[in-house]
Amino acid sequence: MNILIKNGRVIDPANGVDEKLDILVSEGRIAKLGKPGSITANGAGVVDVDQRLVVPGLIDMHVHLREPGFEYKETIASGAAAAAAGGFTSVCCMPNTNPVNDSRSVAEFILSQARQAPARVYPIGAVTKGSKGEELTEMGELFSAGCVAVSDDGKPVMNAAVMRRALEYSKIFDMLIISHCEDSALAAKGVMNEGIVSTELGLRGIPSAAEDVMTARDIALAELTGGRLHIAHVSTAGSVQMIRDAKARGVKVTAETCPHYFSLTDEAVRGYNTMAKMNPPLRTAADVEAIKQGLRDGTIDVIATDHAPHAADEKAGEFDYAPFGIVGLETALGLALKLVEEGVLPLVELLAKMSARPAAILKLDKGSLSPGFDADITIIDPTVEWMVKSSEFKSKSRNTPFEGWKLKGRAVQTMVAGRH
Amino acid sequence: MALRTKDLLGIRGMSSDEIKLILDTAATFKDVSERDIKKVPTLRGKTVMNLFYEASTRTRTSFELAGKRLSADVINISSSTSSAVKGETLLDTARNLEAMKCDIIIVRHSCSGAPEYLSKMLKSAVINAGDGFHEHPTQALLDLFTIREKLGRIEGLTVAIVGDIAHSRVARSNIYGLTALGAKVRVCGPPTMIPPGMAQMGAEVTYDMDKAVEGADAVMMLRLQLERQTAGLFPGVREYANLYGLNSARLARAAGHALVMHPGPMNRGVEISSEVADSNSVILDQVTNGVAVRMAVMFLLSGGTKAEA
Repeated sequence: MNILIKNGRVIDPANGVDEKLDILVSEGRIAKLGKPGSITANGAGVVDVDQRLVVPGLIDMHVHLREPGFEYKETIASGAAAAAAGGFTSVCCMPNTNPVNDSRSVAEFILSQARQAPARVYPIGAVTKGSKGEELTEMGELFSAGCVAVSDDGKPVMNAAVMRRALEYSKIFDMLIISHCEDSALAAKGVMNEGIVSTELGLRGIPSAAEDVMTARDIALAELTGGRLHIAHVSTAGSVQMIRDAKARGVKVTAETCPHYFSLTDEAVRGYNTMAKMNPPLRTAADVEAIKQGLRDGTIDVIATDHAPHAADEKAGEFDYAPFGIVGLETALGLALKLVEEGVLPLVELLAKMSARPAAILKLDKGSLSPGFDADITIIDPTVEWMVKSSEFKSKSRNTPFEGWKLKGRAVQTMVAGRH
Repeated sequence: MALRTKDLLGIRGMSSDEIKLILDTAATFKDVSERDIKKVPTLRGKTVMNLFYEASTRTRTSFELAGKRLSADVINISSSTSSAVKGETLLDTARNLEAMKCDIIIVRHSCSGAPEYLSKMLKSAVINAGDGFHEHPTQALLDLFTIREKLGRIEGLTVAIVGDIAHSRVARSNIYGLTALGAKVRVCGPPTMIPPGMAQMGAEVTYDMDKAVEGADAVMMLRLQLERQTAGLFPGVREYANLYGLNSARLARAAGHALVMHPGPMNRGVEISSEVADSNSVILDQVTNGVAVRMAVMFLLSGGTKAEA
């Protein structure tokens, strides 16, 4: 079936497009773009988007879908539904499931569960078997099974020699290694950022150096090996600066941050708010400024969510015992659009960080509205004001620190291969 | 005047008037414990639950005596005998206690924030009997009471708090209480045990104990948790005692009237020499005053006012 998307403001960062265009979708692919009224419907269904933004389907390269193993928190189906509701047509799921996605069979299981899902799901395999940080996984198997990157996210690869070999070995497949930069000895039993707030609350702190020393190490290893390194969820000013310097030297390193790291500080933990407990932890106002600067100057390539669903019972009770993480798929776009409002990023650049940029890093033929590409399209109403109500989330979990926030702009339609 | 809150979770944010109200009320209760018949009918018919998720003798007993001397019915639950070992959540346990109509729930917990969490979920008054590294408000109140009783005032005094500040709820509560009442606070310990943000909390930091003690009106010693050695926070007990132990020579640097305090239990010969503990200290006065202060807190949280005490 053909669809004509009419009267939209088409923003396609990959092609430098920002103008009023109509788009013809045919057989699930982008067939043609043209001036408004220049394309005849010829029996195609017409979607009049009435001046809304028509953008490449958003890509979230960092989510946790919890299946297999933790289906009470999220399933591939519910996570993909949350993605679609938030404007994401593609998500990459981290391997910390049970069993860990460290083998072809788990990757294939995830892909088979995703077949009917309302968003595309790309598995990320583990760097080491069982994400134990000891022996490398069979990356060739994972790659051919459909994994788009490898990561031991949530469990840093503490042994530098193992990380070195991973970065070397991954070069066979030119596979991306996504590093959760955290020195677990420095982080120890910390539950929030180390600083005045942790002192006042009497909670064990995680110093920003726990992230910085690992960022420094991994950059050095990327430099040594020539492997492709992507730093996940950057939260500190120190990491931003090191990544900036590394890029200037020509190191193959890319980086992402998450909406919470430019929206909140560790002040959000006061009252022992477990919804503000995540890893890396919320940092200080100075770090938030540095993250924004990193987004502005291109040091940070990507905005990802680190969508980490947890059941309500798990997030209730003692702060120390609550698991790390928050859901993000259904709030990310609204929070990210605030960066445009604040003048941190032009709209086209923001959208690039949520579509074209992650696609390029992951080498996916996605994130663009070029003719021939899959018709993965998100339609955004940039003016609608709405309030975050976790009870309305498509995700199985409700663990958000943004409950009740008033946001402006949201996805009103998400098409995957022309279907919505 | 009455307290503004239904709970006592910490000293942070309390006004000097509220703190003084508790201290003044405690003064009126102190003599109850001196009588032959150590009981007043003030809280007759009220039920007080001591919910202790962490080992404690002194604090639990002090709360129990305080409740009993006010004629409340006091029940003790410790984590080893409660359903915590069966994996029941803190909230479920507390809700069950509330369902049995407890008026005051006293909570000791190794997790910072556990009493605050319960206070939000329960209608009963919640008293924090020490949570993690966060606060131990009744300890600070009894310390303030003791200083005021012995020295006549708190405003303008200099108090040194020495030891593992980072992991001490006693230190935090005392910093808030002392500064709220106008005292100057010096904190002292190895840098591995000094948390960030001390200046913002109003305390001066020194790593040199001689400087901390110099001219001080009171010296509060904190218990050294010996297991911190394996965590690398100090290399050995001998050096720790040399650098941060209170002995007679060091005490001589303090003001002549200086009070030596310790929340207990003491490591004799580590943070405090026996000589100092046994001859110059007000450590047992602190324990005595603890009962009066806790009586005052329970009384005030039950809606009492100072005039009725």
